[in-house]
Amino acid sequence: MSETIDIDPIESKLWITLTINGSKGSYFVEQRLTLADFLRKEVGLVGTHLGCEHGSCGACTIIMDDKAVRSCLLLAVQADGASIETVEGLARDGALTPLQEAFRAHHALQCGYCTSGFLLSLVARLREGPIETEAEARESLSGNICRCTGYTGMVSALLSLSNSNGEDGEKP
Amino acid sequence: MTRTSDIGVMDKTRNIGIAMTRREDERLLTGGGRFLDDLPFGDFYEAAILRSNYPHARILAVNTDAAKRLNGVIAVFTANELGPILKDLPPKVVHPKLNYQVRLAIAKEYVRYIGEPIAVVVAENRYIAEDALELIEVDYEPLGSVGSTAEALKVGAPLVHVGSETNVAVHIIQQAGDPEAALKTAPHVLSETFEVTRGGGHSIEGRAVAARFDEVTRQLIVWDNTQAPHYVRQMLATIYEVGEDEIRLIAPADIGGGFGPKAQFYGEEVLIPWIAMEIKHAVKWIEDRWENFVSATMERSQTHRVEVGFDEDGHLLVLKDVFEHDQGAYCVGLQVPTITMSTLPGPYVIPNIHSELIACYTNIVPTSSLRGAGRPQAVVAMERMMDRIAEHLGIEASEVRRRNLIQPDQFPYAVGLTFRDGSPLTYDSGNYPELLDGVLSRIDLKAFRGEQAAARKTGKFLGLGLAMFVEGTGIGPYEGARVRLTNRGRVLVSLAASPQGQGYETVYAQVAADALGCDIGLVEVRHGDTSFIPYGQGTFASRITATVGPAVWEASGELRADIISVAASLLKTDVGGLDLRGDAVEVVGDPEKRVTLADIASIANVGRHGMSVPRDLPVAIERTSYFKPTQAVYSSGISAVIVSVDVETGKIEIIRSILGHDCGNVLNPLLVEGQILGGHAHGIGNAIYEEAKYSRDGQPQAVSYLDYALPTAMEVPTPELFHVISPSPLNPLGVKGSGEGGTIPLPASVANAVEDALRPFGARICELPLTPQRVLAAVYGLPKLES
Repeated sequence: MSETIDIDPIESKLWITLTINGSKGSYFVEQRLTLADFLRKEVGLVGTHLGCEHGSCGACTIIMDDKAVRSCLLLAVQADGASIETVEGLARDGALTPLQEAFRAHHALQCGYCTSGFLLSLVARLREGPIETEAEARESLSGNICRCTGYTGMVSALLSLSNSNGEDGEKP
Repeated sequence: MTRTSDIGVMDKTRNIGIAMTRREDERLLTGGGRFLDDLPFGDFYEAAILRSNYPHARILAVNTDAAKRLNGVIAVFTANELGPILKDLPPKVVHPKLNYQVRLAIAKEYVRYIGEPIAVVVAENRYIAEDALELIEVDYEPLGSVGSTAEALKVGAPLVHVGSETNVAVHIIQQAGDPEAALKTAPHVLSETFEVTRGGGHSIEGRAVAARFDEVTRQLIVWDNTQAPHYVRQMLATIYEVGEDEIRLIAPADIGGGFGPKAQFYGEEVLIPWIAMEIKHAVKWIEDRWENFVSATMERSQTHRVEVGFDEDGHLLVLKDVFEHDQGAYCVGLQVPTITMSTLPGPYVIPNIHSELIACYTNIVPTSSLRGAGRPQAVVAMERMMDRIAEHLGIEASEVRRRNLIQPDQFPYAVGLTFRDGSPLTYDSGNYPELLDGVLSRIDLKAFRGEQAAARKTGKFLGLGLAMFVEGTGIGPYEGARVRLTNRGRVLVSLAASPQGQGYETVYAQVAADALGCDIGLVEVRHGDTSFIPYGQGTFASRITATVGPAVWEASGELRADIISVAASLLKTDVGGLDLRGDAVEVVGDPEKRVTLADIASIANVGRHGMSVPRDLPVAIERTSYFKPTQAVYSSGISAVIVSVDVETGKIEIIRSILGHDCGNVLNPLLVEGQILGGHAHGIGNAIYEEAKYSRDGQPQAVSYLDYALPTAMEVPTPELFHVISPSPLNPLGVKGSGEGGTIPLPASVANAVEDALRPFGARICELPLTPQRVLAAVYGLPKLES
């Protein structure tokens, strides 16, 4: 029997410690494991989806240290010490967030595969300030690709959020 | 089986026609979707596939020794190890004249396109499997190849299939009237050549297959994110030579987009389950984006040579279209070009038609149905010529259309050709003038022409483009629904077809609840599993609303009758005095006398073991209905776009987009509009952005989203939608399909608008998509772009 080939020896693994949706944990991960695959396969948070694995479609977008990032373009080891938010962390106590509710009300999703990436991009964007115009809505959606909806429902959902804020007098 | 429409049901209903939000959404919004690669498969091995690097080559040797020695690799398979399944994967739609060429699941002696599978590695995980691909050595003998129909049809062109006499896959002519004579006598004849380029489906989730042979039940379980689970099950049963019940095919509850490519049958679907049986261990394969570019079927590339003959008033006398269709390396089916052939005449009265197809093999990944499925190209050919007629006669393009439209009192209208489903092309219902009026009531034509003239003086070029279409939907052979009263007193609706975002769990609950006359909260819908219902066809060709809809309606109506009968027997009353209220059947006017659905299920379905029941008590409350349409039902629509073209940069800005659509009665307006809006975005992609480029010899030039431009929210404007409702007389709900109507007219209407904008330059728009290079070439008369 010929000698076996081993490309990925155990020494290539590293310990990382990070906070995911508020829970801190330590993991022993392969250095070449992407952050997306880490979240999906090691942590079991499969709501983060992979669409292109080259940073274009945005389906794998998560929030890392308050910034929306493509988890397919990062390695898990790069998230050592970071605080990560994924789609699973949005709704609390079973209640959808206003953004999620607006997506449902405005039919902003069809197959739903790209949806978590859009939600996380928008959560990060909304923390920077309200989205008040159609142009702002489109700009904030433009880093992600949806093949089902034509984006109309998402634009409406975003504008409904700023309108309801206005009615409630919460707009800055 | 002919059915008469019972449109009256629409008035009595409480759920049908309401824009209900979707039951599917909560799980999808919270990361709880059940997409194939999200399922907790546990210790499934993962497969990766070595694909051809050459558009055409002979495989001299494949050395997998090093790959097999890689730590973590379980097995490596090539054609040599897969003899029993090296069988033809037959095309969906064939023709007696088809130059038939066998398509195998994995290449044996030849590869005929870049992306064709050569070897499968199974490893502990995908990372290792992909490492192993790097260790496989393939000895290729490169052969000549062709990357377009133009190359394929050249004299002396390399043959895609060595040993075949020609690259022509099929040559078919359909005629109505006497087109040759009409062309000779027509007062005016115009001709033009139009090219439409390849594009892809680009569901954001790629294809995926997982399989496990269950030693306990001796059943092969296959999870496949296909649009057509029963179709795949039947194909596998045939290839594996097993009974259909020995395979359970499950399309997961959530599938990340379909658009046609996932309705086709692929080698990977044969390979992965077979390999799982061979290695006696569960395996999954998840297509990555590069694989999707080079191995999922595509569509659109056609070259049309059109001639139209017409009189002084612009009345169409004859249409002749000869078109080349790029079939790719193998014939996965002839549905797309045959649909093109019969979509050409559209909404117009054309007494003489010649529609001629030359489908070619090329060294590119095969083509097959993709949202629109041959129609956008036909509409480009027809609708671009309608504009040319208008230009030639100096009248408005809308007026030329009006003069030629089939009138509402002409239905059923027999065109004189044959549709893709094998039935005569006979439109069941429609109101094409109302579609045109709908657009003209929203655009003040005179004001627009004034604005256009004024803008031109300031160097700004505005254009208006229209396109109309008629679309065969709801095709056969049948689709089914099984409806059951469960032990919990709820109604379970099981569908064969699997959805990819269309909202079946919501809309078919609406249909079932109304047919049952019960609270919609009691109805649950599940789908996509061959163990739920024995037969089905699948989601494609905008067919589900008009096939599953009636099946759910019928089965649920029959279930209601059974439920009422059981209640009548138990309450010792006549069925006429009973009604479903909440979770029970009540005597109308005496609500104290009632029996719950749970009790009905307990008595009629669960029963008392071994005990007889009264003669008048129905048992086993479940009904299955397969709706078999006699022919397609024909949706229709119109697109109008106003564009501004920048003649310095070639950039096209869509200022307004109006879409009128007629899909008969609308079951859920929210979902129908969603379909049209999504289709519209796809159409804009095809019109302006998306281009799967290939070199002359078949090398793909766009295999990532850095090279292939999918439209984002910045490129797709919100269209103004309106509905015309011409119920179909051919099914009990009066419905037609809506999945593709948004896409179909956009390439033609945008091209018409751009040519209208550039009329001062005499620009001729003959190639799509309208990338800046093509627009500038049209403005400045530059030679055609080379690949």
